[in-house]
Amino acid sequence: MPERCTYIARSTAIAARALAGEMMVMNSTDSTFFTLNEVATAIFQAADGRTPLRDIVRDRICEQFDVDIEQAQTDAEQFVAELSGHGILLVSSQPLSSDSTRETP
Amino acid sequence: MAGSQKTACVEIGGIPIALSTSDDRFLDLLRHRYEGFLSASPPEFELEFDLTPAGSVSDDDVRVRRNDGDDEWIIERGDFHARWDPRTGRGRVRQNANPYSLDSVLRILHSLILAERGGFLLHAASAICNGRAYLFSGVSGAGKTTMTRLAPPDITLLTDEISYVRPGGGGYSAFGTPFAGELARAGENCTAPVSALFFLEQGPENRVDVLPCAEAVRRLMRNMLFFAADPGLVERLFATACDFVDTVPIRLLTFYPDASVWDVVRNFAPDFNRNIQGVPEHA
Repeated sequence: MPERCTYIARSTAIAARALAGEMMVMNSTDSTFFTLNEVATAIFQAADGRTPLRDIVRDRICEQFDVDIEQAQTDAEQFVAELSGHGILLVSSQPLSSDSTRETP
Repeated sequence: MAGSQKTACVEIGGIPIALSTSDDRFLDLLRHRYEGFLSASPPEFELEFDLTPAGSVSDDDVRVRRNDGDDEWIIERGDFHARWDPRTGRGRVRQNANPYSLDSVLRILHSLILAERGGFLLHAASAICNGRAYLFSGVSGAGKTTMTRLAPPDITLLTDEISYVRPGGGGYSAFGTPFAGELARAGENCTAPVSALFFLEQGPENRVDVLPCAEAVRRLMRNMLFFAADPGLVERLFATACDFVDTVPIRLLTFYPDASVWDVVRNFAPDFNRNIQGVPEHA
């Protein structure tokens, strides 16, 4: 049975800004505010709706942060579930349209 | 019976707003309340007041929303109902003749105008020291009014409650406001470039600590006065908060409540590389 892919995209209802090396994300509909660590930021920035999460983990996280792929995949899924619960990320088993997240200038 | 409209122009933060009413006593009330902020400048905006029979000030939450399919803002609380159209700059307010409703309407209107212009109102005392403005923010009881009470005579008080901040001159400027807190005294109608924002905590001694950027943005947004559930303006405020943190030193000021805290403020050297600093990793 083929492995099921997960695609993630940034919600259009958020604003994001990197400041002093930290990514801050705010949901503009309920004003909830998050700061992301480096790994979370890498996933967030790669969330284009077209790249499967497992590819993001393999090509971005494991390459960049020298972590075990299984552990990285587990952590990434947990992170994605948390942010999708807050309306920051959209999750689908099909590719999603490209994001229109506004990164504030 | 309604007579002719009479107008007083009130200029806060460099934004003149004409307030008109047919009621002479209400006109006297607002002239008295905003004495020091009356202006002869041509008004940018106009508010017309229709007075209702006397009633109490409401403790209800204020509701600020756009009219369906329209740019007009509806601002409501138990003691007032206002409509304001940002395209024409004109609005109408129904309220009873009490100054607290009047203050609330003006604060909300300014918060909407400022949000579009990259500024904000902040729960903070502010004062000018050696030609530079300092903001002191924090939760109720953190020491905003205490800081203003402890201020030496050469300090110019801008407000003990609601600070008015606008971008300008490559940074931000703070303006005096008539919106008083426990001190029950209007601020001076003047302005100065903002030198620092301190979040206040009282403690056994005076000390200044750097705040990580994300924490500074979080605290700043928590203390901004903004009432509209409007995602576009919320995004705008977020961008403003990030720009402010990127431009102005933000510090945690733990202080022992005596006059020596003003020596700390006076000697505050912005020995910062803006607010850029290493921060511990967190999820």
